Amino acid sequence: MKVLMLGWELPPHNSGGLGVACYQLCKSLAKKDIDIEFILPYSEAHDAPFMAITAAHPQGAKIVLTDSGAYDSYKYVFEDGREEWMDIYGQQQVFEHAVARLAAEREYDVVHAHDWLTFRAGLRAKQIRNVPLILHVHSVERDRAGGKDGNPLVREIEETSMLMADRILAVSQLTKDAIVRDYAIPEDKIEVVHNSIDHSVIKELLDLGQENAYHYLTHMKARGYRVVANIGRLTVQKGLTNLLHAAKEVVARAPKTIFLISGSGEQYYELINLSAELGIAKNVIFTGFQRGKTWRDSYMIADLFVMPSVSEPFGITPLESIGFGTPTLISKQSGVAEILHSTLKVDFWDVNEMANKIVSAVKYPELRRELQIDAERELSRMSWDHAADKVHAVYGQHLQGAAA
Amino acid sequence: MSKAIVLYLHVHQPYRVRHYSIFDAGVNHDYFEATYDDQTSNERIIHKVAEKSYIPTNKRLLDMLEKHPEFKLSMSITGTVLEQLEQWAPEALQSFKDLVATGRVEIVAETYHHSLAFFYNREEFEKQVAMHRDKVQELFGQTPQVFRNTELAYNNDLAFWADKAGYKGILAEGWDPVLDWRSPNFVYQPTYTDNIRLLMKNYKLSDDIAFRFGNQSWTEWPLTADKFSHWLNDSGDATNFNLFMDYETFGEHQWHETGIFDFLEHLPTEWLKRDGTSFMTVSEVIDAFEPVDRVDMPHTVTWADTERDLSAWLGNAMQGSAIAALYDLGDAVLATNDWKLIEDWRRLQTSDHFYYMCTKYFNDGDIHAYFSPYDNPYDAFIAYMNAYHDMQFRLSEKGALV
Repeated sequence: MKVLMLGWELPPHNSGGLGVACYQLCKSLAKKDIDIEFILPYSEAHDAPFMAITAAHPQGAKIVLTDSGAYDSYKYVFEDGREEWMDIYGQQQVFEHAVARLAAEREYDVVHAHDWLTFRAGLRAKQIRNVPLILHVHSVERDRAGGKDGNPLVREIEETSMLMADRILAVSQLTKDAIVRDYAIPEDKIEVVHNSIDHSVIKELLDLGQENAYHYLTHMKARGYRVVANIGRLTVQKGLTNLLHAAKEVVARAPKTIFLISGSGEQYYELINLSAELGIAKNVIFTGFQRGKTWRDSYMIADLFVMPSVSEPFGITPLESIGFGTPTLISKQSGVAEILHSTLKVDFWDVNEMANKIVSAVKYPELRRELQIDAERELSRMSWDHAADKVHAVYGQHLQGAAA
Repeated sequence: MSKAIVLYLHVHQPYRVRHYSIFDAGVNHDYFEATYDDQTSNERIIHKVAEKSYIPTNKRLLDMLEKHPEFKLSMSITGTVLEQLEQWAPEALQSFKDLVATGRVEIVAETYHHSLAFFYNREEFEKQVAMHRDKVQELFGQTPQVFRNTELAYNNDLAFWADKAGYKGILAEGWDPVLDWRSPNFVYQPTYTDNIRLLMKNYKLSDDIAFRFGNQSWTEWPLTADKFSHWLNDSGDATNFNLFMDYETFGEHQWHETGIFDFLEHLPTEWLKRDGTSFMTVSEVIDAFEPVDRVDMPHTVTWADTERDLSAWLGNAMQGSAIAALYDLGDAVLATNDWKLIEDWRRLQTSDHFYYMCTKYFNDGDIHAYFSPYDNPYDAFIAYMNAYHDMQFRLSEKGALV
């Protein structure tokens, strides 16, 4: 079976969870003898021997570069030496045309497209090859807009594509409900396929040893301080302003608490400013974006990991945290809350309750230990292979349909 | 009636904090040691400023002092720039010593670390003033008689302090709401003081040189020494024109190409051509003229921005948090008797650090951005707070803080 997989990013050139989820899903699908060609909008080297990776270039473009994350602008270098920068909307259209050229040249059995940026390209490929189109929804526009309507152009693309797709995969029941609510898609067209976690990635990083790069925090912890961490993009969707408001209440009651905010994003400066305005600048540390060992160390230095997301279609970070040995507090408005039970949960808007739970967690090691032991048990049962089984089954249903 | 130009130049460079990350905290204590090519490299900046400003300007000032026995000026030089000159630009330091050796350059007192300690820790403030006095005595053989606070930040309390400390004069901004109908071109006395005199900056004339000189869309451009002298001579009742500005105006803020050096060189010739004109140092003008009125300044006035207050340094929450956090460590730091730790703490008090965190005009990319070695105010804040955390770490290692 040959699958044309349309994605926007893959690690290590990812800005968030989307790239990781795509990578892991494909890795597990490949074990089932599924032949994947993964199309990306930029040219970079990736370590993914289990599938073919193709950069979808516009005609005449020799190389396509992203300036940092996959959601920023793109630079095209053409064969005649010309260079051109393009924003994400322009890039989305360029991607569609490039994918259309590929689809015209090659045979595929299924088109599988991840999130709105690739949906138009997915529709084109379906039309050209006359094969089933599976849309994989990792988030809808309203999630990314932090509960507001978001960009009407993006909503239009999402709505049209979902109506025309053969099947929709949602990363959680929460996301399925959002699709039904926002776009009136029939429920039975949508299959929930929860994301999971790759234990080998965790293990590899754990094998790097106990030494932690946060010397200052290690030192302060030995003197009775506790660290509460958040790791992720600093965007409205992630609910970090609520976390900082809760932090103010926590620091008032447990002054030896340090909040570690690790990540980058458009709210970076706003959050720095807010921590100062709340009078807790001394207790909030901003590390910027980390990857690899220091990313691991951010989880491992923490006594509690908090994911306060306003809207989190899935939310892999709590699973990573548990893998690295740190118990979690997560918002109820997250997909991962549907499959993770040994965790503290709170409504994202309930700042006082968030503070209450953080204070308990930093004060009581017994609570942290119990949460962590139970959560590790849950984690050990999770696997991307389960997700791949479901996806494989969906492919099968539609291929039979097409054959008939 | 005689009229004097009181030229006062302020020389200062901070120890900038390098891109100091949370992973440095607890490991490296070298906040001020960027690699040479980095934007925050103090060594590179001192080399650049010495070459573009200090050395060429001092060469001209020395020529002027030799050529015109009537030419005189005053200067303040912070301890932090003196140290950097000693370490990285001894030639430039020597050129300052040569100027002072003429006997016609007066050094003005201030805090060694160019800090805002007066508003946060009076004892520490006095210590820094004493350190500066000692340094000036050591390098220049002079004991300053007239005081200026960092950023010309002035209020009645400061004048009261300086009076009690025995200074004969103090400098402040000649800000219109304070002066009201009065002119800055006279000697004044602060309210509630016994002896001290107040010299107020004529900001219009000073800014003609410091800010507008090279601006070709300014209606008075190009400004010549002749035209400038004519304005002063023509300006009615006055005894002294207080031209206060950053030393780096010459060659750094106003580049060589603007003709700023020609202006400077011709100023004595053109000014002294006229009857009853002279140059005086800050002490001389205080000795020469009686105060014409008392000036009341209950609120702090500085020489910066259109607000003339401390908002460029303390106006946002980041600035307020950072400076309060630093001064909170004061007792613990001083109790260690660890010279290196105390010195690092003092270097972190330099007002420039807080200026880099200013967000007032950040979006306009104006003067604040021009003087900052950081990409934006937030990066400045992060580097500073990480250094603060390392100070915390060092204190707690000594058992001084938990």
